[in-house]
Amino acid sequence: MSIEIVDPVAEAEEASPDRRTLRRLGWVGWISIGVIVLALLMAVLGPILAPFDPNQGDLSFANVGPFGQHLLGFDGQGRDVLSRLLVGARTAIFGAAAVALVAVVIGTTLALVTAWFGGKVDATASVVIDVVFAFPGILLAILAAAVFGPSLFSAGLALAIAYSPYVARVLRGAALKERAMTYIAALEVQGFGAWRLCARHLLPNISSLIVAQGTILFGFAMVDLAAISFLGLGVQTPQADWGVMVSEGKTSLLQGYPLVSISAVLCIVAVVAAVSFLGDRLDTSSKAVNR
Amino acid sequence: MSALLEVRDLTVQLKMDSGMREVITGTSLTIAEGEAMGLVGESGSGKSMTAKAIARLLPDGADVQGSVTFDGTDVLALDGDALRKHRAQVAVVFQDPRAHINPVRRIEDFMTESLRILESVSKPDAAKRAAAALEEVGIDDPGKRLRQFPHELSGGMLQRVMIATALLSEPRLLLADECTTALDVTTQAEVMAILDDLRRDRGLSMLFITHDLELAGAVCDRTCVMYAGQVVETRAASLLHGDPLHPYSAALVQARPDISSTAERLVAIPGRPVSAFEAPSGCRFAPRCPHAEDACRAEEQVLTELDGGRVRCRRAAELRGRLLDGAHV
Amino acid sequence: MSDEVRGPATRATLDDAQPVLSVRNLRKVFGTQVAVDDMTFDLMPGRSLAIVGESGSGKTTVARMICGLEKPTSGTITACGRDRSKPARRGSERKARGREVQIVFQDPYSSLDPRQSGAELIDEVLRVHHDHDAADRKRIVAELAEVVGLDQRQINALPKALSGGQRQRVAIARALATDPRVLILDESVAALDVSIQAQVLNVLADIRDDRGISYILISHDLAVVRQLTEETIVMQRGVVVERGETGQVLDDPQHPYTKLLRASVPGPGWKPQRMRDRIAAQA
Repeated sequence: MSIEIVDPVAEAEEASPDRRTLRRLGWVGWISIGVIVLALLMAVLGPILAPFDPNQGDLSFANVGPFGQHLLGFDGQGRDVLSRLLVGARTAIFGAAAVALVAVVIGTTLALVTAWFGGKVDATASVVIDVVFAFPGILLAILAAAVFGPSLFSAGLALAIAYSPYVARVLRGAALKERAMTYIAALEVQGFGAWRLCARHLLPNISSLIVAQGTILFGFAMVDLAAISFLGLGVQTPQADWGVMVSEGKTSLLQGYPLVSISAVLCIVAVVAAVSFLGDRLDTSSKAVNR
Repeated sequence: MSALLEVRDLTVQLKMDSGMREVITGTSLTIAEGEAMGLVGESGSGKSMTAKAIARLLPDGADVQGSVTFDGTDVLALDGDALRKHRAQVAVVFQDPRAHINPVRRIEDFMTESLRILESVSKPDAAKRAAAALEEVGIDDPGKRLRQFPHELSGGMLQRVMIATALLSEPRLLLADECTTALDVTTQAEVMAILDDLRRDRGLSMLFITHDLELAGAVCDRTCVMYAGQVVETRAASLLHGDPLHPYSAALVQARPDISSTAERLVAIPGRPVSAFEAPSGCRFAPRCPHAEDACRAEEQVLTELDGGRVRCRRAAELRGRLLDGAHV
Repeated sequence: MSDEVRGPATRATLDDAQPVLSVRNLRKVFGTQVAVDDMTFDLMPGRSLAIVGESGSGKTTVARMICGLEKPTSGTITACGRDRSKPARRGSERKARGREVQIVFQDPYSSLDPRQSGAELIDEVLRVHHDHDAADRKRIVAELAEVVGLDQRQINALPKALSGGQRQRVAIARALATDPRVLILDESVAALDVSIQAQVLNVLADIRDDRGISYILISHDLAVVRQLTEETIVMQRGVVVERGETGQVLDDPQHPYTKLLRASVPGPGWKPQRMRDRIAAQA
């Protein structure tokens, strides 16, 4: 049974919403932030930080373990693994972020339009969304690679389109609920236009959900992009990328040298986990703060 | 009349984000066999929590002090089968029936579930009893209603289903928690009439919780007014409206517009109702009371007998008969 | 509020003898359901009209059509001389309508944007409608806060820090910000505690006296209707069954449905009667 006893006085005296959100993060939250900051630093400064040329290989060092300045050893083609990880962070992280961002923008727009206009617009858009929803992202990416040629751009775009119905569905529900609130009706009576109501009132009130969707998609995108690169349809070798490294590592793996694949996989898992956790935390605590 | 239910010095604290918060402070009330007691108050007064404490439906982590005795048994100590039996004897009907009924089950399943499971009544027998109960609350064609789903019934009809369901366990006390608030006035009148009949026919006792003083006055024998987690007045229901003892009761009477005349200006109570944990020391109503003196604010007020009623106000005797001066009543 | 700051042209051109709101043969059909049928009434400046009825009577649909949230199936609605039966085509038309008729809803909890304080809300409304500078807007916000009885801290607080009654005051202030001629009160005090309800009813009475605004009160609470209005229309299943001066309708109802409504209101000496007994008594 829920208890609803509002205590306006005490609540008003609490710290501002942002400060409370930060306080609710907990230590796992702080570790997640640490991981994300580190990953971002790698993505931005990777090429500068890399101690060696990531593409310069010396086959005589193929699959040689860590020594000296080569903290993570060499891959199957004798390239420095640490340097490749640092340089490969950029496409892995920014690629996934771009996919998530584009999917969220498309999905949110669809959700707002369908929720706002309802009726035939909603019915038509819902059918389109359902159809796109039926395509697995990877399948769409393979299709895109077949049509436009394999590249990070075509794979990313295909993933973004494949993800957007997912966002649209979840947000449509939230947007419909918000649309039905009487404060929206009251402002409509005031003569406010649809654009202002959506942008300044409806959107901010579902923003925590949008952020949460974005973080979930970021995780999906990172894993899927890696998988696509693994298939050879995304980032092209010899360019360094975490997904490509997992792929390339498989030959070393078969030869009993797993360090290349493992280090790239660990990077992916750490970043995905950190972002997902943080998104989840921000979502729940902003819910607790706002209503 | 002997007391069927006796609540003595009930104090309840609930666990909230910000720690334990008191919602009821030292509430005492008795209900006799066959008596209807009105429990009136605004939000935060603790009236619903009192009912929940009696039915043992308080949320987890609630701290309960004092005693609740039903027909000689200590309610607060019950558990397991004994608690289930208690809940069968003390039925609760809530404000929003739709929140308390499974929308994908038929009315029959909902009504007969506990009969079949707890009392091992056969399905046809249970259905027969359910149909009889529906008839008792004035629902025509009960056979058809039993086969319907909740969404096919109107709010008033559903509330009568809830009352009929409560009757199936042969309760002796009915806790009606704002059970007519969400209904239209004509439906409310119908439901009130049904409750009135049930009381007479079955000798059912009733605790009728409402924010509507006039409604309580019309259907109850006695009315108990709560403010900020405390009982401030208990009085014969017929007297409360015209001759209240506590300034808060009087203020409630005056604040309501009158259907038979237009007031120049309503006598509003300044400020807002508070919960027990926000209440000031001394008399809890003092900040909003036009009759408050320094002494009211200084000392905790106690319930004292006055003229057949009980009132928690040190100036009650002195203010007697003057509380409604200048009002439209 | 001074006239040089807020000067919608409609005000001066209005004749006191002309109805501020005119509704003719209004009809609304949802699918096969007739929600409102052949509703006609006039509302004069400074007068208050109650539309009473139970859920499903169509009273809320009437309110939503008047303020433009629902499109009438047929019939006309004219406010301040402007036809509003069809949806507004242009933004300027929409805003002009917003300066004529406003509404306050029932639920104080969903009627405010949780991210906006009362002051920010009114400021936004003023910015949408007028070219006032920041100082003027600030002054109007302060004036409106005083009109509805909110202090500085309350008008600047987010809705979650306000009680139901305080939120409803903010909603009233928002509705008044554009100085409308007609204010629709859609069960606006129904969700409030008794003591708070009286405060808000007094505020509404004061506003009417000061501004000459007209009210349409949508309500099922006949006592509130008596307190706030001079005229009453009783609706049952989309149809007007009785209309007249409020006192007359309540003291001496003519239509059987109005009689039933009146008899269902609890009060001293009231005895609830079951439908079957009532029918038996009539037979």
